Amino acid sequence: MITRKELDLWVGIFAVVGIGAILFLSLKVANLASFSSSESYQISAKFENIGGLKVRAPVKSAGVVVGRVGDIRFDNDSFEAVVALNIDSRFKFPKDSSAKILTSGLLGEQYVGITAGGDSVNLKGGDTLKLTQSAVVLENLIGQFLYNKAAEGDGKK
Amino acid sequence: MTERVLELMRALGARIVSSWIWRLGFACRFLWLMLLESAPSFRRFHLTIREIYFAGVLSLVIILVSGLFVGMVLGLQGYDTLVRYGSSDALGVLVSLSLVRELGPVVAGLLFASRAGSAITAEIGLMKATEQLSAMEMMAVDPIARVVAPRFWAGVISMPLLAALFSAMGVFGGYLVGVRLIGVDEGSFWSQMQAAVDFRQDILNGIIKSFVFGVAVTWIAVFEGYDAPPTAEGVSGATTRTVVTSSLAILALDFVLTALMFRGL
Repeated sequence: MITRKELDLWVGIFAVVGIGAILFLSLKVANLASFSSSESYQISAKFENIGGLKVRAPVKSAGVVVGRVGDIRFDNDSFEAVVALNIDSRFKFPKDSSAKILTSGLLGEQYVGITAGGDSVNLKGGDTLKLTQSAVVLENLIGQFLYNKAAEGDGKK
Repeated sequence: MTERVLELMRALGARIVSSWIWRLGFACRFLWLMLLESAPSFRRFHLTIREIYFAGVLSLVIILVSGLFVGMVLGLQGYDTLVRYGSSDALGVLVSLSLVRELGPVVAGLLFASRAGSAITAEIGLMKATEQLSAMEMMAVDPIARVVAPRFWAGVISMPLLAALFSAMGVFGGYLVGVRLIGVDEGSFWSQMQAAVDFRQDILNGIIKSFVFGVAVTWIAVFEGYDAPPTAEGVSGATTRTVVTSSLAILALDFVLTALMFRGL
């Protein structure tokens, strides 16, 4: 028969190992430590079309993840999408930076790319990016292509 | 003729009422009694510790080994499929998401039901058949506080820990096969995984799932044991019912929880 002391020891080991597994999952698998703990500031950008952008999509500059998409709203006055970007406060961008919606790979997920401008004043929380470029929607592209082809054909006649 | 049909209907109705509705009501009342008696049973917490040893610690080996193998199989199969689309770097995402969201809680729950749930039912059923429970009542010891509640809480505490261990072991198994054996790039294995797995959406929901499964499995196990007919066949039937009912409950609850948690994605 197992003694009370041994029992406590085994249950203690079990609890430590189990909580260790939860910590491993949250730190190593989900990478909880990297973004939620660090400070961030929020800027917003208006897009004519956001394509398939989702909340929590990465915000990248020069290919490096600098933040996450915090919120996506529809502005009923300008009929544009308002995207809130949570940028890690370690990264500063000039005031005239521009935002684009890009796709990683041909069929990959969509993300927001920030191209730094040349202004000496940096963006701070609550600012809005003036220069934006919408997502490329494949249907519009094909439509435009067909329209151009048709116009070319008319010109030749 | 109509009399025969009526009689058949009556028998069917009586069967449904006595074996389903009545038992379900009793099970709910039993859960309530158990929760009421939990406070006195926590005063002697070493009883619960003892049951955690039997339900949790002794299930460790089967959970760890099956987690490792499930992860390794996921690594092989996932690589085989992903390499066709040229995205074998996403192997870490596939392995970790399928383990943390679904396979970890569900398979660990099924293993827990057959490893620990059946043991709980058999133990309580045998205690009842040999009139140990009645003897306790005679000595003014509440068998629900002394026997049932510690087993219930031990299962509820053990299950999330076991599911987390299963998932962690599975991720490790996927890493062994994907990175060490096949040669997927180690950096992209971990970094894509970390980019895709969200703490609240994936890890926390997985833990909530395993907690719910723990409540369901141990509730069914202690109830079947307590309700078992006090004969040898009764105990064996109750043990079988525990495994069947809790497996079905886990799969059905998993569907409901998944529909609630991941609907908006």
